Amino acid sequence: MDVTTLPKHSEKKLGLVIDLDTCVGCHACVISCKEWNTSQYGAPLSDQNPYGGDNGGTFLNRVHSYEIAKENAPSQVVHFPRSCLHCEDAPCVTVCPTGASYKRVEDGIVLVNEADCIGCGLCAWACPYGAREMDADAGVMKKCTLCVDRIYNENIPEIDRVPSCVRTCPAGARHFGDFADPQSNVSLLTAERNGAALMPELGTKPVNRYLPPRPRDQIDILAPLLDTEPSQAGGILGWVDRILERL
Amino acid sequence: MHPAKSIMAFTSLSGLGFGLMAVIGLGYPDVAGWVAFVYGALALGLAGIGLLASLLHLGNPQRFLKAFTQWRTSWLSREAVLSVLTMALFALYIVLLLTDKRLILLGYIVSTLAALTVICTAMIYAQLRTIPRWNTWLTPILFLAYALAGGALLAGQIWASVFGTVVVLALQIAHWARGRAALARSGSNAGTATALGGLGTVRMLESPHTARNYVTSEMVNHLAATTAKKLKLVVIVLLVGQGLALATLPIGHVMAGGMVVLHLAAVLVARWLFFAESEHVVRLYYKD
Repeated sequence: MDVTTLPKHSEKKLGLVIDLDTCVGCHACVISCKEWNTSQYGAPLSDQNPYGGDNGGTFLNRVHSYEIAKENAPSQVVHFPRSCLHCEDAPCVTVCPTGASYKRVEDGIVLVNEADCIGCGLCAWACPYGAREMDADAGVMKKCTLCVDRIYNENIPEIDRVPSCVRTCPAGARHFGDFADPQSNVSLLTAERNGAALMPELGTKPVNRYLPPRPRDQIDILAPLLDTEPSQAGGILGWVDRILERL
Repeated sequence: MHPAKSIMAFTSLSGLGFGLMAVIGLGYPDVAGWVAFVYGALALGLAGIGLLASLLHLGNPQRFLKAFTQWRTSWLSREAVLSVLTMALFALYIVLLLTDKRLILLGYIVSTLAALTVICTAMIYAQLRTIPRWNTWLTPILFLAYALAGGALLAGQIWASVFGTVVVLALQIAHWARGRAALARSGSNAGTATALGGLGTVRMLESPHTARNYVTSEMVNHLAATTAKKLKLVVIVLLVGQGLALATLPIGHVMAGGMVVLHLAAVLVARWLFFAESEHVVRLYYKD
């Protein structure tokens, strides 16, 4: 058996498109991900000392907020969900000494077989995106499964057969689909909005794409209503104004 | 990276053990009988303690046998396979020495395998493109130099060890010098990490979590530049002191023990720095 060899080609390339223009940074995807995945695939996502001082816990999805500082324009705030990108050339898979980490031939999902995981942590070191977190309670590596137990699950309504984060996003900022199909929703969105890969220079060939925020309107809607050059007042008030300016 | 005690013990002690096996395999010193037994026990003990320490780093150490299966792709798996093979053949070589049979070819094979094992250990780190400071051929050469210099010292090969210490010092300084700009030169920055770099300067406004998490405590720790500088000076002083003392002072058993302590201290401080100073690219999501 040689499962840490990456498949040369996968039929489908399932993944996410995350729209940074639409994301409002509400962290609902983080919570729904934790809720679904703590009770489904593999070991629960444990919390350590959740009500104490030095707390911690395992999450498969994290939302950062960034400021983009610009010259001659106001800064822009972008909320940025970060999770596994299901890379085509996934370094986390090839470094695994036990074969626990693998990439599925049929749909390209990167998974961990927890029964084989020794918890050495090398896959997390090999991942540029911080997508893998070792569960402190179970001692095995946890990562996004793309909700493999939802997307093919015929026991739940069809509308729910998408990853939990996609299903829950109130802003519609997350999209799930097959990047191998050029006509899929995710492929069309990526093409239309210049969807970008993260750290492409590292050669991991991520499947997930991030849609950049659209340029902000530069129109100042109040401008026509504001008189920028105050007109010179006449009469008594004008005389008072001129006197006061001399003081 | 978080400098875990288990990994520091693993890389430094197993490095010394396999370094000693490599030197003994070459026939230096030409040992037999009880002396061979003592050397053999020392080398196997150091390598064995190192490998056992590495198990302490695992979340599920009871499954460690599975780590021998993926040698086709994984450097960690290769290291596991080679270390056990080397120790088994070295034990055989020593047993034959005890019965006054010296198989020269077997010795050379043991030396080669021991060197390859140390290189595999280093490749676990050097292969990681996510840590530009480690991602260089200098890393395996440096680990090998430390192992062989320490092995020669333990084997009582004074001039070989002095030479080895000089090589270690040069390689270590080169590794530090190259490492300083490694992350900047790698081309990864907060802009490429978020794919937002084209829009302006990217800076984290809010962390995704208020508490620690595995990623931050394992990979985003920060070492103050002044601390790093001081510790580098400590490594240099220890190595120079050990090399000079070895070259000039009369060496008895007690002195040799002192030299080994100096060497091990240098290796441990250097290894601690190796991890603490490493700068994983995931920090780009949290800093800058």
